[in-house]
Amino acid sequence: MNAFRALLTRELRLALRHAGDSMAALLFFIIAGTMFPFALGPAPSTLAVIAPGVVWVCALLAALLPLDRLFSADFEDGSLDQLLLSGLPASAIALAKMIAHWLTTGLPLLLISGPLAIMLRADVAHVPALLLSLLPGTLILSLFGGLGAAITLGARRSTILLPLITLPLTIPVLIFGAAAATSQHPKAEFLLLAAILAFTVPLAPLAAAAALRAAAE
Amino acid sequence: MSDIQAMPAPRGAGFNLHKFANPGRFLRIFSPILPWLAVFAVVVCVVGIVWGFVFAPADWQQGDASRIMYVHVPAAWVAMNGYAALAICSFISLVWRHPLADLAAMEIGPVGAAFTAMCLVSGALWGKPEWGAYWVWDARLTSVLVLFFLYLGHIALIRAFDNQQHGYRAAAILALVGAINLPIIVFSVQWWNTLHQGNSISLTGPSKIYITMLWPLLITTIGFYLAFAALVVARLCSAIMETRTRALLFAQAERS
Repeated sequence: MNAFRALLTRELRLALRHAGDSMAALLFFIIAGTMFPFALGPAPSTLAVIAPGVVWVCALLAALLPLDRLFSADFEDGSLDQLLLSGLPASAIALAKMIAHWLTTGLPLLLISGPLAIMLRADVAHVPALLLSLLPGTLILSLFGGLGAAITLGARRSTILLPLITLPLTIPVLIFGAAAATSQHPKAEFLLLAAILAFTVPLAPLAAAAALRAAAE
Repeated sequence: MSDIQAMPAPRGAGFNLHKFANPGRFLRIFSPILPWLAVFAVVVCVVGIVWGFVFAPADWQQGDASRIMYVHVPAAWVAMNGYAALAICSFISLVWRHPLADLAAMEIGPVGAAFTAMCLVSGALWGKPEWGAYWVWDARLTSVLVLFFLYLGHIALIRAFDNQQHGYRAAAILALVGAINLPIIVFSVQWWNTLHQGNSISLTGPSKIYITMLWPLLITTIGFYLAFAALVVARLCSAIMETRTRALLFAQAERS
């Protein structure tokens, strides 16, 4: 547990020293969201309908941006081999990286998606539901994203492969998340999101661990 | 790569499934069978398709457009079961590290993707006269599209590594994650939108399709499965030959 906490602290400290990486994802999120009114026109009635979906898709894409450095920096300088030898299970290493990704990307995205939704003229009454759906949503995205990053670790075109294999896997999250943000009675959607999260928390680190061990062989 | 070359045929007495995992033995068994399998697959496909397109009755409501079913439905079945085969090969590859399962996973991908594409294109051609649009965001269409994406991701991933063994491991994990996730995707997409008709044919209950249409459909299905098998075996044989050639060239280069 101590080693786990140390690894998590190290990840957060590294993210703090390279704060630009997390900021870039946030900026991408805001700018990508801002493009939609330019393309679709500023009519509030149109924007209000698409706002939750736009926020969801932009969050999904923005969360992918920092992923290709999640393991590869440690992989290239050999720290990953050291971590795998440290006695910490590979799945714990993967889980620590995923939590760090959520704390440095998912959580800031969650915090900033409220203002973006309001700029996109979303009904203010619907914003809490949107944020509440993004809470499990961003967590699942970090887990699936970490899994995708581990699988593509060491591949030749990993930057383009990562979204290619991660995005199809996140379709259920997108469907239930966007539905939870817009539905009148979103209880079922929230329960399904929670079910996917409960399913992903144990399985994604295990699968990522297998990929990390394959990469370190 | 070189472990394919180095792996000796396991010598065990009695019946042992393990021995079929030897690439050399696979080649010896399937190289002579392959032409027969291919010819048989073509004949069964032609019989089924001619029966379905010429002799079977047209649907009273949909007219001749319903005949696309004889390509569309078998392609969809082969596409889905092809992914199941891919997942099984990936499981075998991860657990027992069989070199043949690695190669099979690599070669099933493009064939399965081709059948998925055939299913999508024939469905689009059927959708234009019947639904009035080539593409609708219906649950089943979307699920098959996602299946297509999963195939494409696997194809791209398994070929993206300089260390091929690493590529096999990574792609096998992806295939298994995809296989676990596929039911969730299908369920979520059904929740999202449904327009496609329900199953007409079921293994457990009576089929809601007339017997004169069922026969050609079953024959084309068998033909498509045979064609899938023939294509995979052909690709597998050439992949084994390719790895051997490469290993020999490597050995030669090291000697000189």
